[in-house]
Amino acid sequence: MSMHRITVNVNGATEVVDVPANMTLLLMLREKLALTGTKNGCASGECGACTVLLNGEPVNSCMVLAVECDGAEVVTVEGLSSDHQLDPIQQAFIDAGAVQCGFCIPGMLISSRALLDRNPKPSEYDIREALVGNLCRCTGYRRIIDAVQKSAQMERAPGD
Amino acid sequence: MEKQKTLSEELPRPIGQSVPRIDALEKVSGMATFADDIQFGPGLLFARAKRSPHPHAIIKKIDVSKAEKLPGVRAVVTGADYPGLTGLYLADRRIFATDRVRYVGDPVAAVAATSEEIAEKALELIDVEYEILPGVFDPVYGASPEAPLVHPDLDKYAVVNFIFPEPGTNISNHFKLRKGDVDAAWKECAAIVERTYRVPHVQHVPIEPHIAIAKVDEKGKITLWSSSQSPFAQRNLIAKALGVSHADIEVIAPYVGGGFGSKAGLSVEALAVAVAMKVRGRPVKMRLTREEEFFTAFVRQGLVAKFKIGCDKNGKLLAMENQLYWDAGAYTEYGVNVTRAGGYSSTGPYYVPNLRNDSYCVYTNHPVGGPMRGFGMPELHAGLEQCIDELAHEIKMDPVQFRLLNCVKEGDEILTGMRMHPTGLSQCIEKAAQAIEWGKKSPPSAPNKRRGKGLAIMWKAPAMPPNAGSSAWVELNEDGTATLGLGGQEIGQGTFTVMAQMVAGALGIPYENVRIAKPVDTDYSPYEWQTVASRLTWSMGNAVVAAARDARKQVLDLVAEAWGENPEDLDIINGHVVSYKSEETISLKDIVVYGLPKPGDQGWRGGPIVGRGNFMPTYVTGLDAETGQGPRAVVHYTTGAQAVEVEVDLDTGRVEVLRGVAVFDVGRAINPDLVKCQMEGGFVQGMSTALFESLKLKEGIPQNPSFVDYRIATTADIPTEVKAMYVEVPQDDGPWGARGVGEHPMVPTIPAIANAIYDAIGVRPGSPPFSSEKIYLTMLEAGIVG
Repeated sequence: MSMHRITVNVNGATEVVDVPANMTLLLMLREKLALTGTKNGCASGECGACTVLLNGEPVNSCMVLAVECDGAEVVTVEGLSSDHQLDPIQQAFIDAGAVQCGFCIPGMLISSRALLDRNPKPSEYDIREALVGNLCRCTGYRRIIDAVQKSAQMERAPGD
Repeated sequence: MEKQKTLSEELPRPIGQSVPRIDALEKVSGMATFADDIQFGPGLLFARAKRSPHPHAIIKKIDVSKAEKLPGVRAVVTGADYPGLTGLYLADRRIFATDRVRYVGDPVAAVAATSEEIAEKALELIDVEYEILPGVFDPVYGASPEAPLVHPDLDKYAVVNFIFPEPGTNISNHFKLRKGDVDAAWKECAAIVERTYRVPHVQHVPIEPHIAIAKVDEKGKITLWSSSQSPFAQRNLIAKALGVSHADIEVIAPYVGGGFGSKAGLSVEALAVAVAMKVRGRPVKMRLTREEEFFTAFVRQGLVAKFKIGCDKNGKLLAMENQLYWDAGAYTEYGVNVTRAGGYSSTGPYYVPNLRNDSYCVYTNHPVGGPMRGFGMPELHAGLEQCIDELAHEIKMDPVQFRLLNCVKEGDEILTGMRMHPTGLSQCIEKAAQAIEWGKKSPPSAPNKRRGKGLAIMWKAPAMPPNAGSSAWVELNEDGTATLGLGGQEIGQGTFTVMAQMVAGALGIPYENVRIAKPVDTDYSPYEWQTVASRLTWSMGNAVVAAARDARKQVLDLVAEAWGENPEDLDIINGHVVSYKSEETISLKDIVVYGLPKPGDQGWRGGPIVGRGNFMPTYVTGLDAETGQGPRAVVHYTTGAQAVEVEVDLDTGRVEVLRGVAVFDVGRAINPDLVKCQMEGGFVQGMSTALFESLKLKEGIPQNPSFVDYRIATTADIPTEVKAMYVEVPQDDGPWGARGVGEHPMVPTIPAIANAIYDAIGVRPGSPPFSSEKIYLTMLEAGIVG
């Protein structure tokens, strides 16, 4: 397998990585950069556990080749918080009791962040639609949806 | 200062409080470690298994020579290396199939290589010659004398004394229940309902696939990292299968990304260890693909359930005759005990005086039946609670009143002869009916839709050996904090949080000052049977409380001696020892490790404080093999009720669950919010199995092994609200009265939805799943749509 050197910005830091042509972004993050917060649930784009932001857009990182990310910006769950300060969406998940086993949560958080970035006032329907590709077997989703709603309110306040 | 009331009289902080989860921050920051996140460096090898493509065949020959020569391959193993039999209750399987394969996916060999790709390539180079045998794909046929035998050696397998195989057949356990005079009772009945249901296989679908990493050192010590609900049971099974001492096996179990039973017992771990034995010193990772999950991980067994139930003219249940045929698949890791649980709970939560029930565990050439959330109860209640509903309508009684009349109450002699302990089932039914506004019909959202309400009730006991035990230790640290050692697993249910609450409450320190010693590691953590059966809050909770009280006693004895006081006059409040007598006070800081100085510099007293505790139920008795009767079949039953409102689309058959209500008697909610989380999540999992889920098996081959074809509930499917409530009728031997509720919330969901569908369209949907197609065809057949 041919190797390729790519330069990619991950969570604000520039990384130069040698990757085989068939390596997915998911495996590059987990195995080359030890960013194991992004989870491997199906490796076929069906469960959403591996969702990351690629140039601001949520993608299943198991469906993207690492070589495609040369020059790109990637944000993973580890990049949501800064200076030990949680992103409001992370805090909202804690406050709403939206976490059980936690395996789907990194993907859920990234999909939720992406939604709020493009739509700061999502309706219940908008949230359900944005998260429909993120499977969760524990929570029953209600508290996850509530957490996104709550985060949206917190991020808009005050005055909006 | 006034002496506080004892623990039994008043709840100490933070018992009964919805403190935040102890693991939440780790899990939202991506820092929580799951098995696949552990870094092993470049020495890591990857294992893949060669699996049978046939549901039933004789293995004529296995040739691994070509695979062994592939560059990058480090080891190839087959069953020839591991001839020993293993099994939790009935030792009926080997790590690799040797003489015959019994399901599609049965492992026959495994490869360790420097990459997953090479391992995968090596599998293609393994030649296996099979002679195909006729298969068994239905449990009723499987139990008949005509069926070919899946296990001709059944008579030679080791088995525990409460499981009854019938050698010469495919029946690996037959549980019999006989009580009263059923034949005479039918004559007294004013109404009788007789129905058969087929509950399909479903998959647990944890979002984290199964994974295990094994390493064997030169001395033969085995280290196993696994996503596991059962680190100690795995240690035990591996020790027995390989003839290795328990002391030479270390199972390390980090956070579990969803289990629901599928990660209990032994599965992929055995393969990882078997391969690692051949490449000593190298860690070997065995990770199931999602497709393999669907093909080869445990499934919830299929069930064919035949019910005949009758009541008198006043609606009083008189008799019940059930035959339960469990489709256990190729081996019966847990199936035999699901069958037993199905048998000793086969009346559902009702008092029925006359019974003739048979529960059969039947070998088939289907995937291996494992334990799944509910352990037989969702499958049993799916049909039973529809029959009960039908019977109520038959004698023109309101189904809620019918259930209130017949449901088990304290003191009833239930099906096995055991006296029912205090239970809040009637309150659960009343609360659920009230919350769903029972009897009030609301108009549909469109003219082509019909609305309906349904209610179902349930019971479930922890299904486990009578002597399943727990243990714990509580170590106090220099700063007065406590570290809790436990062997039960955090699988999402919140047990680490609840256990930390119990330490804080029993010891007298703030919740924030308790830490869990994790990951669970059989070398360092205290013994715990398994994280199954909704037993941790109750069983491990008792051990944890005992350990915390032991530590507390050591502290109070030390301080009492130093102060010249009686320990009974002392207490620990918020991390300080206080005397109600002298009103002295001292912080736990330092004294719990360094002790206290004797006056006049005359030395020291005390020493590092470590409390220990254990718990094991000692009162569960055996049951008669012919009648299923005995004084105490189980430790306790948790009971509850669910109600739903649905809307059925006449044009498409689509069933939408508009809202749900869940009410369970939890004895005591240690953390009310976490209890509600279990009820909400369990409801949606139950709803998902009611509406969508079925592992479609054709001649033993799964037809829908992906998330696209095997659909589980998504954000698009859930009701606007699941109202979760609980009642608290305390359990006499539970910590502060608590009993388990982890599995129960998905038990009554299928029949609650089925009964609501009937209320909406006037036809009973029968066997799940209630897919749009099924409901539309049902309506077409009934002439509701044309």
